[in-house]
This record gives sequence, C-alpha cells and structure tokens, in this order.
Amino acid sequence: MTDDELIWRVAGGSGDGIDSTSQNFAKALMRSGLDVFTHRHYPSRIRGGHTYVEIRARDENVTSRGDGYNFLLALGDSFARNPSEHAVYGDEEVKPLSENLDDLREGGVIVYDEGLLDVEDVPNFEERAEENNWHVYPLDLRSLAKEHGREVMRNTAGVGATAALVDMDLDHIEDLMSDAMGGEILEQNLEVLHDAYEQVNEMEQSHDLTVPTGEHDEEQVLVSGSHGIAYAAIDAGCRFIAGYPMTPWTDVFTIMTNLLPDMGGISEQVEDEIAAAAMAVGASHSGVKSMSGSSGGGFALMSEPLGLAEMTETPLVLLEAMRAGPSTGMPTKPEQADLEHILYTSQGDSHRVAFGPSDPKECYEQTRTAFEIAYEYQIPAIVVYDQKLSGEYRNVDASFFDRDPKPDLGSTLTEDEIAEAPHDDTGKFERFRTDGVEDGVSPRSIPGQSGGRYLASGNEHWPTGHIAEDPDNRVAQVERRLQKLDAIGDDLDERDQQVVYGDEDADFGLIVWGSQQGTVEEAVARMNDDGNSVKALGVSDLSPFPVDEVREFIESVDEAIVVEMSSTKQFRGLIQKELGNVDGKLSSLLKYNGNPFEPAEIVEAVELEQDGGGEPTAQTTLEPAAGD
Amino acid sequence: MSKAFSAIGEDREVERDEFTPGIEPQPTWCPGCGDFGVLKALKGAMAELGKDPEEVLLCTGIGCSGKLNSYFESYGFHTIHGRSLPVARAAKLANDGVEVVAAGGDGDGYGIGGNHFMHTARENHDMTYIVFNNEVFGLTKGQTSPTSPKGHKSKTQPHGSAKDPIRPLSMSLSAGASYVARTAAVNPNQAQEIIVEAIEHDGFSHVDFLTQCPTWNKDAKQYVPYVDVQDSDDYDFDITDRREAADLMHETEDALYEGTVLTGRYYKDENRNSYQAEKQQRGDMPEEPLAERYFDEDYDWERSYDFIERHK
Repeated sequence: MTDDELIWRVAGGSGDGIDSTSQNFAKALMRSGLDVFTHRHYPSRIRGGHTYVEIRARDENVTSRGDGYNFLLALGDSFARNPSEHAVYGDEEVKPLSENLDDLREGGVIVYDEGLLDVEDVPNFEERAEENNWHVYPLDLRSLAKEHGREVMRNTAGVGATAALVDMDLDHIEDLMSDAMGGEILEQNLEVLHDAYEQVNEMEQSHDLTVPTGEHDEEQVLVSGSHGIAYAAIDAGCRFIAGYPMTPWTDVFTIMTNLLPDMGGISEQVEDEIAAAAMAVGASHSGVKSMSGSSGGGFALMSEPLGLAEMTETPLVLLEAMRAGPSTGMPTKPEQADLEHILYTSQGDSHRVAFGPSDPKECYEQTRTAFEIAYEYQIPAIVVYDQKLSGEYRNVDASFFDRDPKPDLGSTLTEDEIAEAPHDDTGKFERFRTDGVEDGVSPRSIPGQSGGRYLASGNEHWPTGHIAEDPDNRVAQVERRLQKLDAIGDDLDERDQQVVYGDEDADFGLIVWGSQQGTVEEAVARMNDDGNSVKALGVSDLSPFPVDEVREFIESVDEAIVVEMSSTKQFRGLIQKELGNVDGKLSSLLKYNGNPFEPAEIVEAVELEQDGGGEPTAQTTLEPAAGD
Repeated sequence: MSKAFSAIGEDREVERDEFTPGIEPQPTWCPGCGDFGVLKALKGAMAELGKDPEEVLLCTGIGCSGKLNSYFESYGFHTIHGRSLPVARAAKLANDGVEVVAAGGDGDGYGIGGNHFMHTARENHDMTYIVFNNEVFGLTKGQTSPTSPKGHKSKTQPHGSAKDPIRPLSMSLSAGASYVARTAAVNPNQAQEIIVEAIEHDGFSHVDFLTQCPTWNKDAKQYVPYVDVQDSDDYDFDITDRREAADLMHETEDALYEGTVLTGRYYKDENRNSYQAEKQQRGDMPEEPLAERYFDEDYDWERSYDFIERHK
C-alpha cells in the first residue's frame, strides 16, 4: 500500500473536543493545498464513549474514506473515570487506542497520551505493534498541556506532535488558532503546540510517512453535506424552518437556526415532528418558503402533514437524515434503509419528489432543485441523506457558492394575476381548477390577497377547494395531480442529476445511491487503474425515478451489483419495481453493521462476483440475482 | 394597507353576509346541532370587527366541527385531525397581518391534538382557538370523547367510561393561555361577544364552546338554563387572578356534569407578551410580515456566499 496520503485519526471520548480539533486540522491541510475528506464516528452519549474523526488528505480529488488509515492520535477518554461504567462498557479509558488498532495500516504511526493511557491495559499491544510494524510515540500530552495552560489543551499538543511527525508546517495551524481564539488562551495554546512539536522532533523517528503536498487552483472552503443543504435552502429563499432535535438531522436544523434570525427569517423548535412539518405547511400556505425535517423516527411522525401537503398541493421541502433502524436503532450510525419509508409513508397514492444526493455539492444542487420543484409544482420534495453525509466535510471551490438566489414562490399569483384568473359564479377563486392548466399545476393564491379566497382541504375537493366526493371531479383531480409527476419527470430529465463514471465500455456495472457513491467512485477508479473494466451509475432521483437512464445503464452491462446500506435490498427493490424485468442482472452488496463501505470492500465484491460469487471477508453481504 | 395583500387592514363596514358562501353547501350538520351557533357567532364577530373575509384564515381540524369552513366564507385550511393549531400558528408567524382563527372539536383539540393545544397555549401565539365541545365524537357516530362524562356508554365504552373527563379550562390555564372563556350555542349573544374579545386579545385565546349534539348526546334543552358567571352575583372573582380563575374553572367543569351550565370569561392576562412580540424582542422574528418580502421586487435577498468566509 502506497502512502501518498495521510489518513489521520484523532480518537478520544465524546466531549474531548475531537470535532473542533479535527475541523481545524482538516482546514490546515486544505489550506496547505490538499484535498480533504472527513469521516466521523461517535456514540449516542454526551460524555465519554469512544469517538473518532478521520481526515483523509491527498493531492487529488478524494471522494471517500480510505481503506484503513495510517496515523492514530489516541487522546484517551478523559471522561471515563467512573469505575461502575467500566463494567458496562468495558475499559473506556483505553478505547481510543484499543478500539482503533484493527484498521491501522501496516507501518502506521501511533501517538498516544501516556498521561492517560497505559498500553499495559491494551491486550497484546507490543506484539501487535511489532507484527504490523507500527511506529509508536508515547507522549505525556496531558502534562505538557497542563504545564503551559490547561489539560483541555492536550488536543493542541496532539496536533503539534502530529505536525512534527509528518513534517507539516505549523503556519496554517497557527493561523487557524489565531482566528478561533485570542489573549492568554491563544498564547498558551501556541506554547503547547510548539513545545509538543519540538519534543517530538527531538525524539528518534523511525517511520516513513509525511504529509503530501499539493496546490489548489482557487480558494477552497471546507463544508459538510449539512452545509450544502442549509446553504441551498438560504439561496432558494427559504426563511422558515420548524423542527425537533434528532440526530443527525439536528446538524441542518442548527445551521439554519443560527443563520435565519440575521436575515429576518424564523426558526421554530416545537413540541414534536407532527407540529414541525405541519408548521412548515402552514407557513408555506401563508406565503413563506418553508422547510422541516427529521431523521427516521421523527420523519415517521411527519407522515400525516406530508400527506396533507400532497393533497392540498402546498409546496413543502422536507429532509430525512437517515440513521440505522428500526426504531431507535443506532442513532449515530449511518444506514440507507429509510428509502421505502420516505417514498411510501402516508396513506393513499403518494405524490412526492425525492432526491438522494451523494456529497456536499450534490446536497446543495439537489436541495435547490427540491425548492424549485416544490414551489413550481406545488408538491412536497424530500431530500434524503444520512448520518455519514450529514457530518462529512470536504473541500469545495469557494466560487461554487457564488450563486444567484432564487426566492420566488413558483406558481403563486399576485393580486393582479388573481384578478385575471378564473373564479366561480360566486366570486370564489378556482384554486384547484382541472381544465386549462399547464402540467397539471393550478396556480395558488395566498391568504390576505384580495380576490383569492379558497379552501385548502385534505379532503378531495372541488376547484374552489370545497369538499367533494363527485366521481367525475375525483377522477379529474387525481389525474391532474398525477400529471404534475409526469411534468416533473421531464423537468428532472433535463437537470440530469445522475452520474456515470468508470470505463464506459465496461461489461460490469455498479449501481449506488446517496452517501456511498463517493466510495464506489474511488473503487471503480482503482479497479480500472488495475486493469479491470468497471463502470458505475450513481442515482439521485428517487422519485420520479429516472427509468430510462437506469435501464440504459443496465442494458449496457452483463451484470451489475447494487451497493447499499440496507439488509433488505430496498434500493434494488426500487429499481426492480420501476423497471420490471431486469433479466436477472442485478445482485446486491449490502452492509448494515453501522459503518459505511470502504473502497476495498467494493473491489472485493466485484472480484468475487466476476469469479462467480463467494463470501466477502468484510462485514458485507453479497446477495445473488433473483433466480441465480 | 399592504401592497401585496390588499385585503389586510382595509377599513370598511363589513356585513355578516359577506361570510356566507355565495352557494351555501347543504349543511352536513343535523337539525338542532350546536355547530350552527358557532358559525353564527363567528360570522357576527367578524362583521362586528370589520374584518374582510380575505384577511381571515380559518384553520379547522377533522370532524363535524371541521366542516365549519365549508359554511364560512374566507380563506380556509381544513387540515387533519388534531393538527389545526400548528398549521394555524405558522400561518400567523409567516404573515402577522392575517387574522388567524383555529377551530376543532373536543376530541380534536383535547385528545389527538392535546400536545399542540398545550404548547400553542404555552407559547401564547396571537390567535384564537374555538373548541366545539359536545362531549362526544359525533361524526364517527357517538363514541366517548375526552370530555364525555365518567360512565358514558358508547359502542367503544360499552360498560361506561372509566375515565374522568378532561378539564379543558383548567388545562388551558395551566398550559399558559392568556384568554380563557366558555360559551354555549344556546347563548348566541354571549358567544359573539366572547369571540370578539378573543379575536381582539393579543395572545392565545381559548374558547371552549358548548355545542349540543342532539343526535348522539344532549339536545339544546339540556344546556338551559345556563349561568353567565359575569352576570351572576354568586360568582364574584377577578379574571386577572390566576388562582381565583382556577378555582372557578374547576367548579365550572364539575358543575357541567351535575347539570349546571356555567359560562363566561374565566381568565385574561393582558400583561403577557404574545409569542410574536417575545420573538421580535429577541431578534428572532422580523417586524415586517415575512410573507410580504416574497412580493417585494426590490428586496435584496441574502445568500450563502455572503458568509462563506468562515469555511475558508
């Protein structure tokens, strides 16, 4: 394995400042000209419990976490002080070291805080280190931090040690520290940083790992999938959000809540997710671009207001940040098994749009699309992503965000337009007229507008909105609403949100959606570099489904593996539902252990499948094509 | 007067008939139903207040009460069971100029939507909530509801309900409503007066409206005679005093099941800020109605690039 990359893992307990430390280190690497990618692993606890963030940095586009990693900074869990906790969770204190050894690459580097951790407590540590040729640098980070400042600064000491060990310049790190703090705190941190750096440089170093160098063509920004979504909402003119905290959806909710007041927007934290989605419906009805969202369990509560928005044709954007289920499942672990939930929840025939972006840029683009479609076609649009993408940071060209806002309310009338629009004999506006409308869209009015009064009702209704069970009207209304989906399908065809990569002549394909797409992309590149011929299709449009594009891809290969984080093959099921007979070409690569795929797992599955099948070595499952 | 929403704030004489639909649908309410009393009082109150039908948004739940906006001409949102309040309060936050009234039955508001009722009252949203309290589930054919008396027999409680009825007024007060009243369909003058006061009140106004259900429960006669606690010498209390209000509410709730119908204003707190005012004080809500901005061609919209610096 060549190490033309640094994959730095900082591990500690929840509450040890792992997130902020890793953010700054990732930014420093980005500013030095490298492409970066972060992966966050944490338990559902406020304090303690093993957590880590991994930063992969290299001189070329990085779309995935790597296979394993090559540098461990084990801070130790400073919150694991309760002996009774020991019995329940195992030896917490050493977990940042002991739990991270399995995927540390051969020849990897370990820095651990000997002020907190004792390697005697880690089974077979010396033997494993020798066997894997790990280079181990114990440092008393805790004392070092205390000497110049406070114990919490041991993260800074760890960063200083890292920089010394990988020959990294301290300039960018110092700049970022100066941006974030000042006064005595800054001075102390700088002392800690330099002292650690110098102490390590005085040590005898045996490893062969240095930070790569690179250069960007233009200034970069470090953003997560959640930023992509939130910033798109801002640029789409969304100024109302309602929600209830739930991991991992809270990321977007928090970003929006911090931004909205300064731009005269409104954020509402409410009693439950039924109210959250119902409020987004109410605000949208009243003429403000609105959104809500949750994760699986909270989204289940939104089923009712989602259906109400469909029936009353109220524009609405909802987010679903998936985590492993069923029920409470594993709150901080990703999975893609809410796909059927978002597509089919709520009674009756569903009329909704759903997108599954794969990276922060797609999060931005597809959230913009979601707002445009929702307000133009008066339909709920759902952006479904997961715990992985929510907190995954990547560098993006800063100019990517230099975009025009598009706050218009789509097919909403002004008072002058209402005056020209059809009204019934009594002067009531025909909000839901079925004749003479384009693409099934009957433009709406907003309460307070003169001449626009109508009734919005979850019951089937006449053109004025009044409740109706007349069969002819029912058929006309159903068909008009369905017509919108056809029009949206055509609209989406032009936007072409699907991606194909790899060798276009390949006979072997992979099909993937959402957050696992970048990993498949790297695996495909690697296989093609190694002489295998493979291509992949990344699908983002989940509803309406891009039937022609997916069919064309499947027809172009002899067989294809559908890659997803689900044990019941939901995405493969969707393809088969939408396409019908796919000639037994599809098999599945599934993972549901709570961790996202690594590129090597994809490569292994392709090789096994090309050799006629077999058992993967990793915690993945290969399921054959139907009829095999 | 708003440029985009010219029905709002228009000062003119309004006739109650303006709130009657041009083609009035065949009522789905039974003859003698108390719901007609709510409709009449609401029309009268809106006309008295000079509200234009197009500056009013009436949000309803599901049930016989939810049909209210089929017979009331204004902007309307017939939502889903128990959820009229979150839809209504958000519509109000989005455009403060719209007069927002929510309405639903006792099952809708005190049962399935109880959580929304509690929190909308707590937050003191500037709106009016009328609960049609007929002590029964009418539309689904007479099942026991949250306000049905203990021992109430129905097809879903064949041995008589083992549950004590909910105390709507007490619940409202402790949750935080700043105007609480009870009126009855049999008392149309008081009903209209109370709805006028409720709409004028700056904060969350809760009107528990006794609506007889002659088909499944009581007929109008059983709500007569009624007592207006403001008019009776037997009930001397201060409606701004939380403790005195609570005592009388408790007594009123018990009395209903003993055959004495007490009605009137029970609590009013004019010193408490509405939720909108609280949010505005904190800079969490704009002074100008947010909805106006979407119709203002000159508005300079903020964009994410304005604050991208923090990610560099």
